[in-house]
Amino acid sequence: MFGVISIQYVAEFGYMAASALFVLGLIKLGKVKSARQGMSWAAFGMAISIAATVALLFADDHWSTNSVIFAVASAAAGSALGYWMAVKVPMTSMPEFVAFFNGLGGLASTFVASAEIPRAAHLQLSLSDLGDKDHPGEGAMFAIAAALAIVIGAVTFSGSMIAYAKLAGKVNKNRAGPLGSQALNALLVVAAIALGVWGGFMASDPMHVYIAGGALIAVALVLGVGLTMPIGGADMPVAIALLNSYSGIAAMTTGFVLQNNLLIVAGSLVGASGIILTQIMCKAMNRSLSNVLLGGLQDAGDGGGAKKDEGYTKVKTTSSDELAQVLDSATSVIFVPGYGLAVAQAQHKVRELATLLEKKGCQVRYAIHPVAGRMPGHMNILLAEADVPYEQLYELDKINDDFKNTDVVVVLGANDVCNPAATQDPKSPIAGMPVLEVWNARTVVIVKRSLASGYAGIRNELFQMDNSLMLLADAKKALEDTITELKAL
Amino acid sequence: MIAAIVSEGSSSLPFLIVGVWVLLLSVFVGFIVIQKVPPTLHTPLMSGSNAISGITIVGSLYCVSVEYPTASVVLGCIAIAMAMVNVVGGFAVTSRMLQMFKAKESPKSGASK
Repeated sequence: MFGVISIQYVAEFGYMAASALFVLGLIKLGKVKSARQGMSWAAFGMAISIAATVALLFADDHWSTNSVIFAVASAAAGSALGYWMAVKVPMTSMPEFVAFFNGLGGLASTFVASAEIPRAAHLQLSLSDLGDKDHPGEGAMFAIAAALAIVIGAVTFSGSMIAYAKLAGKVNKNRAGPLGSQALNALLVVAAIALGVWGGFMASDPMHVYIAGGALIAVALVLGVGLTMPIGGADMPVAIALLNSYSGIAAMTTGFVLQNNLLIVAGSLVGASGIILTQIMCKAMNRSLSNVLLGGLQDAGDGGGAKKDEGYTKVKTTSSDELAQVLDSATSVIFVPGYGLAVAQAQHKVRELATLLEKKGCQVRYAIHPVAGRMPGHMNILLAEADVPYEQLYELDKINDDFKNTDVVVVLGANDVCNPAATQDPKSPIAGMPVLEVWNARTVVIVKRSLASGYAGIRNELFQMDNSLMLLADAKKALEDTITELKAL
Repeated sequence: MIAAIVSEGSSSLPFLIVGVWVLLLSVFVGFIVIQKVPPTLHTPLMSGSNAISGITIVGSLYCVSVEYPTASVVLGCIAIAMAMVNVVGGFAVTSRMLQMFKAKESPKSGASK
């Protein structure tokens, strides 16, 4: 008895240490220099959490030899798969990777909470009776938390899988029959609440508990698909950030099921992180979260956008040859990367061109719009992979006033993030969105595969401004040619 | 309510109260800390927080305990595997990314690597 009590104290202190390490790790993530150390601390916190839990389960005689075999085998399989994926994934595919991992995290929470269903059925209890311990209301808390963990986890899973499919270009549709409509989503929410009440408080017949639990998971999975489908492909930074937050909230609710503070702390940290990133992304697009979630801009773009793209009359095209000459005489250059850079995998070529320019005494900087790419910080990791020093990457508000003193701006596969309509045309769908004011530079060269519109489905007057030159080519190919020409000059 | 519990001679508060306290403070800490993460590190933040959400590993380890019936143990095993994919994969990919971030001081040595 005494031994058990003391191991509980030790485990609880272990959990406290782990919580502190997670917070400290995230604090250290606030600076590039200490970020790696921070993540090591967080990983150490995770190791302590696992060790403390195993010690507790052993000391309390909860674990048999079989438990150990099952746990070790599953953990080994998961670790191997996770490590293999982490090593293999290319930096350009990071958004899909993060979406996929989010989904697994959510499903893990669903399964942990779902494991209570067979236990309740086995004892012929409802979930609330199962969770009833020493205090009034504990049974209700248990049942509600379990139902919420199941639903949020399953929504995170199926939503993340749709986000993954959209990012990997496997799904483009925003609707599939009734799927994705607000009416069906509302119906599913009502069904989930009804099933939660029935399975959590009323059913105690084993069969009923199973049916309620199974149906709850199924409804939540469909709901996740329905909630994520309407979100446009280019709004995925918001979707991933939000799903990231959901996976944390699912872990947090699991903490209430298991009465474990560590899960509440870690889950809340992740939940807060996802919500902050979501806010940043929405602000950067000057849109409300509900507008993004309902696919508002997407619908507007489908209406008349496609026709409006045609009719660029004064576009001046250029060649890599000419770009090399323009760059050769420049003393300051700013690169503006967008999703096209990731698609073309041109990050190493940008770096090569930048090094060449720096050797000629030219000042090189990069302007990063918060929603450039397909996830928060996407451009930054791509450029970091190409050894671009992070001090050369500038945020929107830090560099926007500098464009007017810049000789050449090279826009690489970005479009809406530097559309003057946002500041000049109050009727534009993107009016008020903070954009990179690249047109203030002496010369703007836009490297793009075609004159097609961006995700907002609106024309970009930048393409035919007096100081704009269009280089219609794949970013990687264009940069390669420019480097060759520049070396020859 | 609390007075009633105390008068009963109960030595501990119901978990719901403790849990909500912890939740409240953690959310505040989370908001304050995460707001200071610069945009450059937003992708590592996402993958790192993904790894931290693998904390469900703690919950999934409970599910293979002896008092859980077979069906629960099966769910628990799957949960353990998925949570470990998150933990190991998340931390591994985050450290891989953070390794790439280099300062300006020696751009030439950085490029020659």
